[in-house]
Amino acid sequence: MTTRTFVRTAFAPNEPPPLEADSTASRFARSLFATPANFALTVLSVGIVALVLPPLIRFLFLDATWSGTSRDDCLANAGACWPFVRAKFGQFIYGFYPAAERWRPNLVLAFGALLLAPLLIPAAPFKRTNALLFFGVYPVVSFVLLTGGNLDLQKFLLGRFLQWTTVAGVGFGIGLRWAFWTDFLFSAVVIVALVAALAALLRASVFAAVTAAGMVLAGLGIILLAVDLDFGLAPVETRSWGGFLVTLIVAVTGIVVSLPLGVLLALGRRSRMPAVRYACILFIEFWRGVPLITVLFFATYMLPLFLPRDVTFDTLLRALIGVALFAAAYMAEVVRGGLQSISRGQHEAAAALGLGYWRMMGLIILPQALTLVIPGIVNNFIGLFKDTTLVLIVAIFDLLGQIRASFADPNWATPVTLYTGFAFAGVIYFVFCFGMSRYALYIERRTAAYGRGS
Amino acid sequence: MNVAMSTPTPAEHTLVAVEMAGVHKWFGQFHVLKDINLTVMRKERIVICGPSGSGKSTLIRCINGLEQHQRGRIVVNGTELTRDVRSLDAARRDVGMVFQQFNLFPHLTVLENCTLAPIWVRGLSKAEAEMRAMHYLERVRIPEQSYKYPSQLSGGQQQRVAIARALCMNPKIMLFDEPTSALDPEMIKEVLDVMIELAQEGMTMLVVSHEMGFAREVADRVVFMDDGQIVEINGPDEFFARPRHERTKLFLSQILR
Amino acid sequence: MKRPAAESKAAAPPRRGGSLAADPRFRAFVVQAILLIAIVWIGWTLFENIRQNLAAQKIASGFGFFGETAGFGISQTLIPYTEESTYGRAFFVGLVNTLIVSALAIVFATILGFAVGIARLSRNVLLARLAEAYVEVLRNLPLLFQILFWYLAVLGTLPGPRQSTPLLGAVYLTNRGIIFPKIGLEPGSGIVFGALGIGFLLALILRFLQRRQMLMGSERRSFGWLTLLLIVGLPALAFVLTGAPVSLKWPELRGFNFVGGARLNPELLALLFALSTYTASFIAEIVRAGVLAVPRGQTEAAFSLGLSRRTTLRRVVAPQAMRLIVPPLTSQYLNITKNSSLAAAIGYPDFFYVFAGTTLNQTGQAIEIIAITMAVYLAISLATAIFMNWYNRAIALKGA
Repeated sequence: MTTRTFVRTAFAPNEPPPLEADSTASRFARSLFATPANFALTVLSVGIVALVLPPLIRFLFLDATWSGTSRDDCLANAGACWPFVRAKFGQFIYGFYPAAERWRPNLVLAFGALLLAPLLIPAAPFKRTNALLFFGVYPVVSFVLLTGGNLDLQKFLLGRFLQWTTVAGVGFGIGLRWAFWTDFLFSAVVIVALVAALAALLRASVFAAVTAAGMVLAGLGIILLAVDLDFGLAPVETRSWGGFLVTLIVAVTGIVVSLPLGVLLALGRRSRMPAVRYACILFIEFWRGVPLITVLFFATYMLPLFLPRDVTFDTLLRALIGVALFAAAYMAEVVRGGLQSISRGQHEAAAALGLGYWRMMGLIILPQALTLVIPGIVNNFIGLFKDTTLVLIVAIFDLLGQIRASFADPNWATPVTLYTGFAFAGVIYFVFCFGMSRYALYIERRTAAYGRGS
Repeated sequence: MNVAMSTPTPAEHTLVAVEMAGVHKWFGQFHVLKDINLTVMRKERIVICGPSGSGKSTLIRCINGLEQHQRGRIVVNGTELTRDVRSLDAARRDVGMVFQQFNLFPHLTVLENCTLAPIWVRGLSKAEAEMRAMHYLERVRIPEQSYKYPSQLSGGQQQRVAIARALCMNPKIMLFDEPTSALDPEMIKEVLDVMIELAQEGMTMLVVSHEMGFAREVADRVVFMDDGQIVEINGPDEFFARPRHERTKLFLSQILR
Repeated sequence: MKRPAAESKAAAPPRRGGSLAADPRFRAFVVQAILLIAIVWIGWTLFENIRQNLAAQKIASGFGFFGETAGFGISQTLIPYTEESTYGRAFFVGLVNTLIVSALAIVFATILGFAVGIARLSRNVLLARLAEAYVEVLRNLPLLFQILFWYLAVLGTLPGPRQSTPLLGAVYLTNRGIIFPKIGLEPGSGIVFGALGIGFLLALILRFLQRRQMLMGSERRSFGWLTLLLIVGLPALAFVLTGAPVSLKWPELRGFNFVGGARLNPELLALLFALSTYTASFIAEIVRAGVLAVPRGQTEAAFSLGLSRRTTLRRVVAPQAMRLIVPPLTSQYLNITKNSSLAAAIGYPDFFYVFAGTTLNQTGQAIEIIAITMAVYLAISLATAIFMNWYNRAIALKGA
């Protein structure tokens, strides 16, 4: 019989855990062979690995052709034909962008990387400036660099009524036209006047309204000036763009346009005004209900019919519009998820401080909601990045399109060309998508940890 | 070190419900149970108390193998708990457990919650299992709720269902892991009343609880734990009136005002 | 103190600025009015533009083309269709093809996805890792890439019909698709299938009775042999009695192709493989998340009641996990249906390819055709959403 009562006299010390027989290795072994069923699963798994991995490694590395200049060098080996990728590399990346002008897309990619990297690193400073540069300035600079700018704009909103301006159609000699810029100035004055009148009607601050309208118009003017000026860059038609460049352009444009649009739609969907709410719901559910390919067809075949007859868009721009609208609907749902997870208390606290709707959203709610949905945004981007491949159906040659087209080249017709092309494209897509998904996971864990801490 | 223990003789064996000897456990590098020696006799009621994080819950979770100990031995109803799955199954069939968060199955009705294990573990027919379930639901005084789902019940009712569910397996030992901590104050009594009745009927019970009134009323012995070890064991009268260890005194002064 | 004044102030609603403009309701009204005017204006402008453009390009409008002869062939038709059929008929042929490939892909993706998702949770480290690799590779490659890979690199490089060697004696994998024996039906075959159906029905009734008996407490008896006899023996008996009306038609090589036997087009196969394996990687993640989301306390409670791992999984974890799995699973099914439109890239004659592709090309009526195409997909989405909401309500926790 043991003692019924007990008082500890000396405290037991903390000891390190015993080095048991149950080490990692033995646990591993037990997990593989504990039961007959488990054993069978292990055998099955080993079988699958043995079936897939060795041929893959042999094809990609051991049996591959690494050097050479023509198809003849690849015919001898059963592995990948890497000289094919080397020979076509420029085409895979730039499409038929003129070789002499490839420094321009390179510059765009370099700027993009420089701006994006600090944006993605949570600890990097100047987030606000950085985001403004990336979402505001970078698209304009990229546009000018890639197309060559110098759009030769003819008329703005009031062009129809101001016929006299077209008479004085001579430019400044730097790519600008009198007609357009007088039109723009007149239009700006009219718009500011309208806004001022509306503000007066609503008894809102006329000064604030005029300032806001003026700033928006000034911004627009600067953008238009940038794309209208002649910087002396040779124009490059979008028809000659292709490859990975187009993949990135479509994906990045999609995300840059869809983020602000998605935020507005998400706010609209949660609005208390029924007309606003239903308009947003209709818009979002329409784009989410149809496949992207119908959207691309819509943009390619139907959009031109919607526009006045003298306005023409090129194919890439049409596809970009379709992709952006499509992406905005999905983005709206991601943002809405974030908005919903912000507690009512935050709204009430902001209202108690006397903040109006836009200040409440801009200063209190959106910063929290957007931080929460960064992983969702990144995952959206991954989806968009994968979906860019669909543009090949409307005859725009992205990376996958270029690779598919290269299979037809008789100079490189070998039994392994097909597999080599798929291997190259597969590695690129995988590296980008997998990398981004890991980033999303990292941010998600970080946010979760931060949430627990507060 | 604690008093050395002799191996129970066969005669004693039948009287011992749970025996823990030199039990140690680690969570990773954290030494969570240190040198636990505790023998619980049949029909004995033990209340375990102590500050949070002292290892109380881990201790009773080791008794039905929800946690595995790494050193020492635990014998439950004459079966030593080893890594062998069969020893765990044997122990669990005779040990019922009630959780702080009730852990009722939300997709099953109250009745189904109670009949699940008797049907699938004991091999009872549905009719037998339901009869048994109704018997125990009557004992915890909620037979009329048997066709409701757990989420339709109050916390106190849910915890009483959880007790009935455990009793349906006819356990020899009942473990209670802070059964009243998640309850609103007005519901604590209805659960404690059921537990007191159970104790009066002679159930072997190990209860982790801060309900000192309950400990005074039903406990045969009170175990005080701190820092992963048993600091003091005594009968309830002695324990509350004349705590011997400094830490026990400190703890009691903090919770008894 | 002027108490009366204070009271009267409280009685009348306070008006800052003393005008309508400060009233939030009035502001909301103005904003909505402006929005509606803008929408109507944009809509009217677009409509005007369309009218002018159509007139200028001399494109016909209206839905008369549905009745006209299509004049093109479709490689896979499950409802009667010839080149003389109408566009309306082609519309339905395409729709059926879309539904077929979607339904098959949904079945395969679900089976594969659940298998991989559960494998990811396995205690077998190797299997779990393998399943993880599957998920990561498949979901990080574009679907169109995978469709083209299956079509060009796998099915396209199979040997031609003359060079192929049969698998299991009668299944030929060729670059023209998979060719396998067809089930030939002669009069009387209905009786055989009837017998099969009756056998199944009886077996089900038997099983039901057996379960009831078990629950009523009598001893368990195994009816395994009787079940087998009912399902296999009954149709076999009918088969012999009716003079073997059901037979397999073996494919034979004649010239450059096979005659007899059935064929699955490589386009269908590539689309099916790619859709199933791609979506399975997403379903696997949904399944895993669903199972992991069941609180630990549930399994602990089940274990402490003495339930085995298997019973715990089946009776406690699975029913709760399913509630979490079903909603995202439905949206994956919707994705399969929408993604099946990628058939256009390899020429599988699905709804999109037949209608928005060939029909649009031939008639040039972009507005009507793209609008109808979008409407069809929207209708499918809407129907799925309605079903999903209904199902969600049906399985929602009662009383919760």
